[in-house]
Amino acid sequence: MAAKLQKVFTDPLSENNPITIQILGICSSLAVTTQLKTALVMAASLTIVTAGSNVVISLLRNTIPAKIRMIVEMVVVSVLVILADQFLRAYMFDVSRQLSVFVGLIITNCIVMGRLEAYALQNPPLPSLIDGLANGLGYSAVLVIVAVVRELLGSGKLLGYAVLPASYPANGLMLLAPGAFIVLGLLIWAQRSVTKHFETA
Amino acid sequence: MTGRSDAVKQGETYILMYAAGICLVGSLLLAGATAGLKSQQEKMVELDRKTNVLKAFQEPIADGAGRKLPGDRIEARYAEHVREVWVDPDGKVVEGLGAKEAADGIAAGRVLSLFQWVEGGTVRKYAFPVSGKGLWSTIYGYLALDESATTIVGVSFYKHGETPGLGGEIEQAWFQDQFKGRRVVADGRPIPVVVAKGKASPEASTDKARVVVDGISGATLTGNGVMAFLNAGLKRYEAYFKTARKG
Repeated sequence: MAAKLQKVFTDPLSENNPITIQILGICSSLAVTTQLKTALVMAASLTIVTAGSNVVISLLRNTIPAKIRMIVEMVVVSVLVILADQFLRAYMFDVSRQLSVFVGLIITNCIVMGRLEAYALQNPPLPSLIDGLANGLGYSAVLVIVAVVRELLGSGKLLGYAVLPASYPANGLMLLAPGAFIVLGLLIWAQRSVTKHFETA
Repeated sequence: MTGRSDAVKQGETYILMYAAGICLVGSLLLAGATAGLKSQQEKMVELDRKTNVLKAFQEPIADGAGRKLPGDRIEARYAEHVREVWVDPDGKVVEGLGAKEAADGIAAGRVLSLFQWVEGGTVRKYAFPVSGKGLWSTIYGYLALDESATTIVGVSFYKHGETPGLGGEIEQAWFQDQFKGRRVVADGRPIPVVVAKGKASPEASTDKARVVVDGISGATLTGNGVMAFLNAGLKRYEAYFKTARKG
């Protein structure tokens, strides 16, 4: 049991990472990674929503009518996302403004729905919680790596603190969407060559 | 779906009741959270408004390292220097308005909101709210003029729903900085602000005697909107500034 749970936790971090292996959640991982701070807040929000909705759906899994299964899932996810958004607006106003629509768009993030459909509907609450947390953290890991590269090379800072010397010429490309594609592409390549994951055509 | 007594659970009554139940619980949670967080959210919006007034006045809102000042510092500086007054369309200052009356008056167009930057008992700068339609949304901001009410001190745009990277660039320093130190009134006559389509000519964009700024490539309509509401705003307050200039 413990070994199985451990696998549930470690798989999404690398071998079955939602971004680099399953290629889900690409849109937000490009949009919010110009700074480490927004990436961290986004990562935390998605992790909380994925874990929370996994637990709720898992608790309800034997009562949900099959016909309206997805609607019920959407309601649970939407409630959690709006709660997260309201909290950010109240306590992290500036970050919430930089994240703009992307917190709201967690509702449509394939990672969240994907975990509910693939895992929480068939499994008890504890493994579902771990599965949700792990997938959120797998997403977070990628976001943080991309954001560190982009903020460091793009503005010479980390979390707003100057890291590179002032003589460093900021690389504006890193702050634009193509920079994110390049970093993410290199990351996927590196990660897949380590885990030997290949798409079967 | 194995092991479920589907026959019972697929009954239409059950489905309807279930959906209603989920919606009820969801809406109660959301209503509770919104009500509970409302005052804190309003505080943040108000702080953001004050920050943007200071920004239009070109007062520092960040420390030397570019990190934003804490909220209480902003509040303190605002309380110390900014005087909120109301003027009527003829340019006369309206005294003794309560918060509610002022809000009603502004909505009805009877009074205009104005901010004075006071240092050592004298008014050094003026700022007023400007807003108008961009391409997708209403843009909100502040425009500040200097002591003589002829030259722009600064502009700030803070709330909008324009496309990030295109019209959204109006939030960026490069766009807002172009307005600084340029004249909007000469010989008692207003000179209209121009936001060019694309880049303005080098002579025009460096001419301090008028405001011609580079537009944003791909966001001409947002630029037109900004141009229109800045000019409308300047015109609306001109009656007040005329009397202010005479002293």
